Amino acid sequence: MTLNAFLFQVLNGLSAASGLFLIAAGLSLIFGVTRIVNLAHGSLYMLGTYIAYSFATKIGGVTGFWGGIIATALIVGLIGALIEIVLLRRIYRAPELFQLLATFALVLVINDAALWLWGPADLLGPRAPGFRGAIEILGRRLPSYDLFLIVIGPLVLLALHLTLARTRFGRLIRAATQDREMVGALGVNQAVLFTSVFALGALLAGLGGALQIAREPANLATDLIALGDAFVVVVVGGMGSIPGAYLAAVIIAEVKALCVGIGVVDFGFITINFSKFTLVAEFLVMAIVLIARPYGLLGKAQGAVRSIAEPEEPLRPATPMLKLLGATVLVLLVCLPLLAQSTYFGSPYLLVLGIDVLIAIIFAASLHFIMGPGGMHSFGHAAYFGLGAYGAALLVKWLGLPFGAALVAAPLLALCGALLFGWFAVRLSGVYLAMLTLAFAQIVWAAVFQWEGFTGGSNGVIGVWPPPPFDKTWVYFLLTLALAAIAVLALRRFLFAPFGYAMRAGRDSPLRAEAIGIDVKRVHWLGFAIAGLVCGIAGGLFAFAKGSISPETIHINRSIDGLVMVLLGGVQTLTGPIVGASVFAVLQDTVMRQTEYWRALMGAIILVLVLAFPQGIVGAFAALWRKVGGRT
Amino acid sequence: MNDAMLKVESLSAWYGAARILYDLSFEVGRGEVVALMGRNGAGKSTTMRAIMGMIGQRQGTVTFSGEDISRLEPYQIARRGLGFTPEDRRIFSDLTVMENLDIGRQPARQFPDGAPAPSWTPERLFALFPNLAEMPHRPGGRMSGGEQQMLTVARTLMGNPLLVLLDEPSEGVAPLIVEQMANTIIELKKEGLSILLSEQNIHFAELVSDRVYVLEKGQIQWQGTMAQLSGSPEIQRTYLTV
Amino acid sequence: MSASDSSVLELRGLTKSFGGVHAVRDVSLKIGKGEFLAMIGPNGAGKSTCFNMINGQLAPDSGQILCEGKNIAGLAPRDIWRLGVGRTFQVAATFGSMTVIENVQTALISHARETYRLWRPAASRHRARALDLLRQVNMQGAADRPSRELAYGDVKRVELAIALANDPKLLLMDEPTAGMGAGERHGLIELVKRLVVERGISVLFTEHSMDVVFAFADRIVVLARGRLIADGDATAIRDNEQVREVYFGTGKTFARAPA
Ligand SMILES: Nc1ncnc2c1ncn2[C@@H]1O[C@H](COP(=O)(O)OP(=O)(O)OP(=O)(O)O)[C@@H](O)[C@H]1O
Ligand SMILES: Nc1ncnc2c1ncn2[C@@H]1O[C@H](COP(=O)(O)OP(=O)(O)OP(=O)(O)O)[C@@H](O)[C@H]1O
Ligand SMILES: [Mg+2]
Ligand SMILES: [Mg+2]
Repeated sequence: MTLNAFLFQVLNGLSAASGLFLIAAGLSLIFGVTRIVNLAHGSLYMLGTYIAYSFATKIGGVTGFWGGIIATALIVGLIGALIEIVLLRRIYRAPELFQLLATFALVLVINDAALWLWGPADLLGPRAPGFRGAIEILGRRLPSYDLFLIVIGPLVLLALHLTLARTRFGRLIRAATQDREMVGALGVNQAVLFTSVFALGALLAGLGGALQIAREPANLATDLIALGDAFVVVVVGGMGSIPGAYLAAVIIAEVKALCVGIGVVDFGFITINFSKFTLVAEFLVMAIVLIARPYGLLGKAQGAVRSIAEPEEPLRPATPMLKLLGATVLVLLVCLPLLAQSTYFGSPYLLVLGIDVLIAIIFAASLHFIMGPGGMHSFGHAAYFGLGAYGAALLVKWLGLPFGAALVAAPLLALCGALLFGWFAVRLSGVYLAMLTLAFAQIVWAAVFQWEGFTGGSNGVIGVWPPPPFDKTWVYFLLTLALAAIAVLALRRFLFAPFGYAMRAGRDSPLRAEAIGIDVKRVHWLGFAIAGLVCGIAGGLFAFAKGSISPETIHINRSIDGLVMVLLGGVQTLTGPIVGASVFAVLQDTVMRQTEYWRALMGAIILVLVLAFPQGIVGAFAALWRKVGGRT
Repeated sequence: MNDAMLKVESLSAWYGAARILYDLSFEVGRGEVVALMGRNGAGKSTTMRAIMGMIGQRQGTVTFSGEDISRLEPYQIARRGLGFTPEDRRIFSDLTVMENLDIGRQPARQFPDGAPAPSWTPERLFALFPNLAEMPHRPGGRMSGGEQQMLTVARTLMGNPLLVLLDEPSEGVAPLIVEQMANTIIELKKEGLSILLSEQNIHFAELVSDRVYVLEKGQIQWQGTMAQLSGSPEIQRTYLTV
Repeated sequence: MSASDSSVLELRGLTKSFGGVHAVRDVSLKIGKGEFLAMIGPNGAGKSTCFNMINGQLAPDSGQILCEGKNIAGLAPRDIWRLGVGRTFQVAATFGSMTVIENVQTALISHARETYRLWRPAASRHRARALDLLRQVNMQGAADRPSRELAYGDVKRVELAIALANDPKLLLMDEPTAGMGAGERHGLIELVKRLVVERGISVLFTEHSMDVVFAFADRIVVLARGRLIADGDATAIRDNEQVREVYFGTGKTFARAPA
């Protein structure tokens, strides 16, 4: 690449950075004040692209384009306000992260709504009136609209920065970030503050989307891509730092632009296609930044945040009733193969579904182990599932390892991965930890995806079936059931053992825990490793149950599914992940076969569950139980 | 007293299933300093939180300058001129002293009869708490415990309240400053401010309070004037384990 | 008492500043075995900062911290704890999602180096000893309540029970009685004093409650603006003009006029 070409790519990167910055700034604001990890932020951005497209094409001209951009930003801001008022406001007191469930449901609903309104095809907007031309720079033609974008980023940055640092609104935002209840007791209407912050964040996302239509087509996949980018930018820049977000946006956009610019390079011994690299480049950058600077580039260690969530009840050993219930369920499950054969409601499919549910339970229970009692919100649990699944499949494929050995090796490989990644992850906390785990998962995924010769690339590994007698569904079902029961009971046992106490102690008060001799990082690291190990069992079982494994099955969706299962069941309870995983896996299976708009339906069901059970399903029943029991 | 600023009638409160307060009734007159005393866990802080609307499960009526505030949100209560200083301070640790004060700022206020309420500026507060004057730009999280305590009180005063709920203002504060705080409270009282004080330090309470309610297990066990309480070691022994 | 040979803790020229704030400047002192030493001083004098350096939460800029002759400056809090230095915090810190007794058990488990055990339930470990510690601080009645529900003064006592779990040689207590009633205040300090005498524990504590300090401390050191300005027994400190000026005031908020 020549120097000119290089500089040209730099300019390209700068214009992309503006869009990234706009959505990241909104995400950061919303998270800062409301503590909501807004998964729907990418969806708001996507709505921005579609709405602006409609304005620009239906009305057209200068009004349609430029007026449309402003109108779009306002409309998306309004949608944000509505979401906050109608939905989120009702669940602020739910346990930490629970709101993530609601925003996940919104992602599903908004995506299908866009499909219904605008159809599945990509829609490219018109060129921007007034910026149709291009400018000759460095011997190449740079669209003048790109120059406009390069300027708009820093302008918004300046405006936001001044607002936060210099105005009362900004101070209120920063105060509410730390202790919203106290802000209320000082006479500030938090409800209005929250709604306006959410609306502002949404408006920025909408604006970011609207500005893109002259460059890139509106597309149904942009929601998750934009979300991923925004997360990375926010975390790399440092939570709560708007200048940091801009800096990070520039870095990420530049790295991506350069990867595209460099293209294929032959190093002699290996040929690397750098443009494929864009998929992971940003996650690599994030991992490196977080390892070197745990609070992002310009972030600071944050003061303690006072949560208004319902605090967690102490763990109590299982009551005789719960034990009885557990035993009954187990017996029923053991009898399930008989039921599946009965002519009446029998269907072999019942067992296949049963296996799926059991695998989901192992997956969710292992995630809950670190997420609940450990307080480590892993957003990348799919990595250990993937290491287990791919590990087992590849050992069978390349080394011809027998089934049993592969099934044992799967968790061990996952353990190795968890030990490695966990060592870095436990040095962080909160969202930073979440994002670093996500980055690791993306890196695992990308490695699997791109290392075609070894892993089969996007086709995955096929033909890994278990030998007799495990090729019979009912036998495999019983095997899965046995392993699931062992895994769940063992994890439970660990939590009631000294190790579990130490893990919770480190979560509740690291200060106090260190002051009584507990090495909090080490304890959490081992907890992370145990969770990885158990998750690897689920991965191994999955590979043999399906006879194959592909990159899709270990993509970010699986990590998010895990979070949804745990939260749906109730993160503060031990049976929560089991119930959550069962409900979610069954729902997913049945809903997907109902309608073309299954996402929307699924989203709607989750929304109903979220509003009905704001502490998760089991959490809600436990609270009810305490209330009834305590009052009488 | 017929011009009670704050009137509480059969106030009860629960945390989850546990009942903490049992039908408390008391009042605070204009320009009066009333102390809530009692052992640890008696329910003093809970009473204050319940008055501020910061406890979900509560019953009873709270009237503030003639208006029923028992159904209002905390921010609405604060805007009517009720200031609250929590015992655990709760300053905004990422914000500087000046910024913390600014969050508490509210417009100047008048008493129900039209007389202006004392109005505060950072300068006036710095005169009151010289420690704060030395560190206007220090983030709250980097202040010592006692400095934070002063900031909490100052932040509440920035709201120009008519009545302040002061939860253990002398906790963790050096004697010299406690003395200043006592003088301040006496000054505030002269300007017509009412104060409901939760206090464990009886010497401090003696210096500033007019009347006392003694709480035990969420109920009022004794009430009377401060003079009666200080004059009777018997009562003190029974209720306060002095 | 000849603190010099039997000193449990010795600070030599301890210094710490935060940016431009000189929180602690050149502080040197010794604490003898079984000594009950009060550190007092105005708000922001640097007392908590001293504590944080002794227990390893902060590393000093310069100076030495000798624990029974061994320099412990810069060690991690957990290692210093293993050497027998327990502490309570100014803003009480307990494990909110655990019951009171589980809080104490966790400390006992750590003391017995059983933290990494995965199998036998923790609930049955050291329960008797934990109850005993709670009894000592008069909290046995609340053993099975979640610690986050406790009134503030009670949390402080639980903290003390936690701090006693490792049979410390030296106990650091940062405002242990703040938020307590006068009666409980005396009760708690009396209890600690008894421990000092019975087990030979040395205690370094800060307090703004002068009744307690004058009634119980063997010796008092005064810190102001990061420097040690006085060191002596109750009478000497009470009559020290400089201390009165920067710290006591007239004394009417902590003691009745002498009758
Ligand atoms: N969040 C909570 N959940 C359940 N119980 C609580 C909670 N907070 C306080 N309590 C209980 O309510 C009772 C009253 O507590 P409160 O804090 O009002 O006491 P207090 O009189 O202010 O005590 P102190 O002098 O120690 O501050 C105590 O028994 C305490 O254990
Ligand atoms: N992290 C920090 N950054 C900057 N200044 C700090 C920091 N921590 C403490 N300080 C300052 O250092 C000084 C000493 O603080 P320290 O907490 O040791 O005081 P203290 O003697 O314990 O006071 P108190 O009796 O009020 O608890 C104070 O002026 C405080 O504002
Ligand atoms: Mg209280
Ligand atoms: Mg201190």
